[in-house]
Amino acid sequence: MEQSLLFVAASIIIGLGAVGAAIGVGVLGGKFLEGAARQPELIPLLRTQLFVVLGLVDAVPMIGVGLGLYIMFAV
Amino acid sequence: MAAKGNTYETTGEYIQHHLTNLVCGKTDAHGWTCDPHYADQMGFWSFHVDSLGWSIFLGAIFIGLFRVGVSRLSNEAPSGLQNFVEMCVEFVNENVQSMFTSAKNPLIGPMALTVLVWVFLMNLMDLIPVDYLPSAAKAVGIEYFKVVPTTDPNITLGMALAVFILIIFYSIKIKGAKGFFAELAFHPFGKYLMPVNLILEGVNLLAKPLSLGLRLFGNLYAGEMIFILIALLLVFNSISLGLLGVGLHLLWALFHILILGLQAFIFMVLTIVYLAMAHETEDH
Repeated sequence: MEQSLLFVAASIIIGLGAVGAAIGVGVLGGKFLEGAARQPELIPLLRTQLFVVLGLVDAVPMIGVGLGLYIMFAV
Repeated sequence: MAAKGNTYETTGEYIQHHLTNLVCGKTDAHGWTCDPHYADQMGFWSFHVDSLGWSIFLGAIFIGLFRVGVSRLSNEAPSGLQNFVEMCVEFVNENVQSMFTSAKNPLIGPMALTVLVWVFLMNLMDLIPVDYLPSAAKAVGIEYFKVVPTTDPNITLGMALAVFILIIFYSIKIKGAKGFFAELAFHPFGKYLMPVNLILEGVNLLAKPLSLGLRLFGNLYAGEMIFILIALLLVFNSISLGLLGVGLHLLWALFHILILGLQAFIFMVLTIVYLAMAHETEDH
C-alpha cells in the first residue's frame, strides 16, 4: 500500500509538472513565432530571450522529474 | 560501469551511495573524521571535501586556460585557444552591455565571465559517466565521492549568497542606506502602507538568491539522478538491457548538454540583471 502511494505521488509530480511546462512552452513558442513573423529582423534578439525564458520555464518540471524518479526508485 | 553493482544490496542503496558527499569534520566522539555516517554530529564546521576540491580545481583550470590563451597574443595568426578566449569574452561583453545600462561598474564584466565559464565547467562534470571517478576514488580508499559540485546545494547557494551580498553592497553604495530603505519601504503602495510594502519587497529581495541557487542545484541534481537511474540498467548482467542503457545514456547526455550550457548562461544573465537593478537610481 505505502509503496503504491509513492508511485501515485511520483506520477502526480511528473504529470502536473509536464502540464504546466507544456502550457508555458506553448504560449512562449507561439508568441515567439508571432514576434518573428511580424519583425523578422529581431529574430536573433528574440531567440536569446526565448532561450533564457525557456530555461526558466523548463527548470521546475525538470526538478519535478528528478524528485519523482527519486521517490519511485530510491525511497 | 555499474557492473560492479553486486557490492550494493538494493538499488536504493546504490543511488544513496552516489548522492552522498565526502563530509569531513570534527566530532566529539571520534575527533576529526571523514565518515559521512557521523555527518549529523559535525555541526556547522563540516566540509564537503569533494565539492570544494572539484570546484577549486575547475576554477584553477578556468584561470590557467584563459591565462595561457592570452599569454602569446598574435594579430596575424591567432591560435585556436586565443580565438576561443576572445569568443567567450566578446559574448559576455555583448550581454553585459545590452543588460547593464544603468551605471558604469568595471566589476560586472569579469564577474559575469567567471560565473559563466566556472558554472559551465562545474556542470560539465555531469557528463562523465557516473561510476568512473567514484570507482577510481574507491580504488585509492575513498568510500564516498560526489563529482559534480553543482549538485551540492552548498556550492550553488554559496554562489547565490555572494551575488546577494553584492546586490546589498551596491544598493547601499549607490543609493545610500536611506535610499535603499526607501526603495524597500515606499515602493508599491506609497508611504502609508509601509508594513505591507516592507513584507512584499522583503520577500522579493530574499527570493532572488534562493531561486538563483536552487534553480541551478535542482536542474543539475535532477540530471544527475536520471544518469544514475539509467546506470542502474547495467547492473542486471543482460546484454539487451545494457545496450538499452548505453543508448539512453547517449540520448540523455545529448539533451543534457543543452541544459548545462543554458543553466550556466541563465545564472550569468540573472546575476547581471539583479546587479543592474541594484544600480538603478530612478525615483518612484
